[in-house]
Amino acid sequence: MRWSAWNLLLLVPFLMLVTPWFNRMEPRLFGLPFFYWTQFAFVPVGVVCVAVVHLMTRDSGPPPPAGGDDVDALDEGALR
Amino acid sequence: MIHWVELTVFAVLFLLVTVLGFVASRWQRGGSLDHLDEWGLGGRKFGSWVTWFLVGGDLYTAYTFVAVPALLFSSGALGFYALPYTVVLYPMVFLPVLRLWSVSRARGYVTPADFVAGRYGSPVLALLVALTGIVATMPYIALQLAGLEAVLRTIGLNESGIGGHLPLFIAFVILALYTYQSGLRAPALIAFVKDILIYLVILVAVLYLPAKLGGWTHILDVSSAKLNKINPSTGAKTGSVLLTGANQLQYITLAFGSAMALFLYPHSVTGVLASRGRAVLRRNMIALPAYSLLLGLLALLGYVAIAAGSTPIVNRASGRPDSNTIIPVLFHDQFSSWFAGIAFAAVGIGALVPAAIMSIAAANLWTRNIYKAFLKRDASPAQEAKQAKLASLVVKVGAVLFVVGIDPQFSIDLQLIGGVIILQTMPAVAIALYTRWLHRWALVSGLVAGLAYGVYLLYIIPNPATKAAHFGGSALTLGKISVFGAHPFGDSKVQIYVGIVALLVNLVVAVVVSAVLHATKVGNGSDETAEPDYHTDEGTLPARTITEGATPAT
Repeated sequence: MRWSAWNLLLLVPFLMLVTPWFNRMEPRLFGLPFFYWTQFAFVPVGVVCVAVVHLMTRDSGPPPPAGGDDVDALDEGALR
Repeated sequence: MIHWVELTVFAVLFLLVTVLGFVASRWQRGGSLDHLDEWGLGGRKFGSWVTWFLVGGDLYTAYTFVAVPALLFSSGALGFYALPYTVVLYPMVFLPVLRLWSVSRARGYVTPADFVAGRYGSPVLALLVALTGIVATMPYIALQLAGLEAVLRTIGLNESGIGGHLPLFIAFVILALYTYQSGLRAPALIAFVKDILIYLVILVAVLYLPAKLGGWTHILDVSSAKLNKINPSTGAKTGSVLLTGANQLQYITLAFGSAMALFLYPHSVTGVLASRGRAVLRRNMIALPAYSLLLGLLALLGYVAIAAGSTPIVNRASGRPDSNTIIPVLFHDQFSSWFAGIAFAAVGIGALVPAAIMSIAAANLWTRNIYKAFLKRDASPAQEAKQAKLASLVVKVGAVLFVVGIDPQFSIDLQLIGGVIILQTMPAVAIALYTRWLHRWALVSGLVAGLAYGVYLLYIIPNPATKAAHFGGSALTLGKISVFGAHPFGDSKVQIYVGIVALLVNLVVAVVVSAVLHATKVGNGSDETAEPDYHTDEGTLPARTITEGATPAT
């Protein structure tokens, strides 16, 4: 098991499941009730948490082979 | 009455993806398609972009695009659970999915049941996991057809009787042929077209329609007023634009349970295992929520449909209004014909991508964990591939018969059951990624107990709106739970998602039986995996040569 404390950040988006916090109409944003736009706001929160964990816990194995014939040419990964 | 402009646009785009589906067999081809890694996993070398489109097309299905807004249309805020579900999904599966990818790559696993078989040396447990996967996937495929049919009927191909299903047959025969020919590459390539169309349609819809219909404030007010009306058949409000005391727990458990269930579905695992490496998956866990945003916006179209006064079309085959047509009807009423055609093609093609992946995943399960494990142990890779191709045809025929023979309402019930039962494989697949403390026979007992209890709970849930006595939904009122005759929650009206209740029973049984079996020193099978397998990455392994047998290079 390769554990990193950064992984705990993955728990933050679960705050979204505490619905009593935002289950109300006001304040509205662009006419959308608080209930709806707060949950939209959680989408970037989730993305940031996962992205930080990704960046801080990169695998420290040998690097993947450069180029390679079987690599999908469409992919940005092929350029590494 | 057939709407010809819509039908023509739809048909042209459908033809385009058909050509793509057949061409796909030549795309990025490594070895021969006579190997399950090639046919069923696209050679295990999809990069970040392809994976993003493939898994996106896999998880965010046409049915989701049609049914989630339909749920907001009919019952309000509860339907919005789809957004938290797809937000907590990625942080939840980020770590386990990487372990599953690595161990599967290291040991050559193609299905989640392969992993279970290797981890516990127990073909019985693997068989149960495989059967659960197949049974849960079949109605899911059928639902993709229901989504496609909703579109076809809105276009005007709404005949009664068996003839009314003819367009669906044609679409599915085409799908079956190119999936047979190209395997997982077909949906991967078609997913590009699907997503471009979906993004285009949704962006136009969420910007243009609210403006046209008086803005979100007005739309929400109209929806709130309509949902607050008393439904004569139930004597209660039809819904609410906010959660109520009774359905708040249902919202939370439904979002949590659905997120946990999603990556247990064999088709999600297929999408994951087809990617090239861990970095690809990690990047995708960050990029996939773009679809969640889309899904949330789309869900709100359910309210837009209320404000626009759209009404569902009556399905002439079943004689009842089909609530799944509400979004197609909204597009038909509000967009010009050609753009409605594009929107319908987006939903229709959105049904083909997941249907193809699901049938491939079910075929992989059949081939690896039933055919090879029990019927023909010495099957060569070519025989495996052949078997999987044939199985994918059988699965699709089965799904079509499903839609034709059974009331669409019933297929939705089956999907509900599917979600509850796939969740029961969580201990055997997800927990086993981390520990073998749960004993194999305890996992078997827990799985069986969870399945039985889950289906029983679904059976006792009535639906007052449709006057059905059983299988009326996945919302269980706590007051109905009884523990050996006692009712721990009294007559509480609070609702909870059945899947979570059944999973708790499953886990309790698994833990108790494990403790007993460990104490009595019953053998726990042999584990062919080792800790380093769970961290294998693309660079740490010699590239698997595809012509070689399924035995992994370690």
